[in-house]
Amino acid sequence: MSFLRSKDDTQPWKGRYQPYDLVKEASIAVAVITLLAIVLSVLFSSPDDKPSTIAQWSRELPVNFVTAATQELDGTSGTAEYGPPYNHNGTGQHAWFLRPQKWLGVSHPINTANDFVIDPLKTVPDNPTLQSAVAAYQAAPQQTRKAWGEAYAKPLEEYEKASEEKKPPPSSVTLDSSTGAVSIQASGAGPIPTMMTGLLSLAQSGGLDGSLLTSKQFFQTDYTKPLLFMADGGLLAERAEGQHLLGDQWGMMNETGSYPGQAWLWLYALWYQVEPFKASANVDVLVMLVMGLLSLAFICIPFIPGIRDLPRVIPIHRLIWKEHYRSGGSSR
Amino acid sequence: MSATPTRSSSWTVRVREAGVAALPPEKLLPDGQPTYVASWIYVFGVASIASLVVIITSGSILSLKGPAWWHYTGVGHFFNSVHMWSVELFFFVMVVHLWGKYWMAAWRGGRQRVWITGAVTFVIAVPTALTGYVSQQNFDAQWISTQAKDGLNSVGVGAFFNVTDFGQMYSYHVLLLPLAVVGLVTAHLLLVRTHGVVPPFELDRRPALAPPPDGGGAASASAGAGS
Repeated sequence: MSFLRSKDDTQPWKGRYQPYDLVKEASIAVAVITLLAIVLSVLFSSPDDKPSTIAQWSRELPVNFVTAATQELDGTSGTAEYGPPYNHNGTGQHAWFLRPQKWLGVSHPINTANDFVIDPLKTVPDNPTLQSAVAAYQAAPQQTRKAWGEAYAKPLEEYEKASEEKKPPPSSVTLDSSTGAVSIQASGAGPIPTMMTGLLSLAQSGGLDGSLLTSKQFFQTDYTKPLLFMADGGLLAERAEGQHLLGDQWGMMNETGSYPGQAWLWLYALWYQVEPFKASANVDVLVMLVMGLLSLAFICIPFIPGIRDLPRVIPIHRLIWKEHYRSGGSSR
Repeated sequence: MSATPTRSSSWTVRVREAGVAALPPEKLLPDGQPTYVASWIYVFGVASIASLVVIITSGSILSLKGPAWWHYTGVGHFFNSVHMWSVELFFFVMVVHLWGKYWMAAWRGGRQRVWITGAVTFVIAVPTALTGYVSQQNFDAQWISTQAKDGLNSVGVGAFFNVTDFGQMYSYHVLLLPLAVVGLVTAHLLLVRTHGVVPPFELDRRPALAPPPDGGGAASASAGAGS
């Protein structure tokens, strides 16, 4: 293992010393940094864009909300098919034989149909029609539910496609912009139209935001369910695109507004912009592994031949210690 | 301090003696430094510490009033801004400090642990900042948490570190990770004081120098200064 040991060729300093006041230097540094932080705060403040809510999403983009809710119900949304740590409906990402996402298992179980749609609908009072629809849906065989879901999703998919292509929306989906009500003509969709009308109404009233936070205890700090539901929809992404926060816009290293954000994540974000990472279905695990290895290498630089020797070869140290070298480099 | 040559049975005395032997007061708080410590690059080490002091101070003020305070008061927003900008300054000066130390090959002369503790501090500072970003309770927190979860989930970290759980992230941000950073920085500083500032390359190529006639003098008893 001797190759890991760099040449220990430094000599104890036998030369002159100069006066130095460590405490004074540290005090001045704290004062200067405090002043800099205050000046920057006064000049530029800090960003604080209000968070989105499900109520806001369902009011501003009601068709998008119903589309996402339908996907949660029939198990085709991003969260529904995510796999660990939320469910077993996917195996998660992998790199070669490494499947840590699968190995660590489901720690935050989420059943999108029950948690995002059916259970909140059950909390709606004084609506026997809605409760009958929920009961009918739950009583139906899996195959029937699937057929209902596909029949209801078809016009919504046509609507989304037309929106993306900037074409007129299909006549099967109508939106009353004054009330935010969505009407979808889908034959063979069973009780789903009634359920989605009820869910949209619950969401627009603000009830779904609270419903998704409800848990066994009174106090709650876990926003996993509402956040994942909203991430399956389009409002967060729409706001993020406007604020240059999407993955292909260097993603989460940025921040709303023109603030520097987490600039130190530049190398992490870089891999998402280049092939083969960019097009890979396992991009996240590949990037994390690369960054893990690079971080380890960074920590171990003193033991890596070549990398540890570069400072000796490239004489940047001559700039750093130019006074020392100018005076002859004497150690006396 | 015990003057007896026999080893004390007191654990307290043993710890004190070991501490003083490793870092005598004049070495812990030196009033002299080698003449080669004369460059602006040395400022960035102490600037990193200073930034950390401002981060902890502003963060403590925010903690006193709770995580929602800064959203609805001007004073709270100001301290949030100071907190954010001191974090930006911290990373900036720390990166310059690290680059400076790389080009000095500051791990030479048995200083590998100095480099390692500094590098690990940088690596741990990244999730410390991330947990702050996802604890902001605004749109940035929503977007960053829903994006960051995929990378963490992909390597299994999401099973026990859930970025969409505000309560867990806030705990990590105000206690666990800052403790780790402060602990690492303390270890880093003590190692710097123990080993002294790495000397320039030229010294490496020379044969060992004869000790000065007076044995180094009072000032030479210091093993170097600065960070």
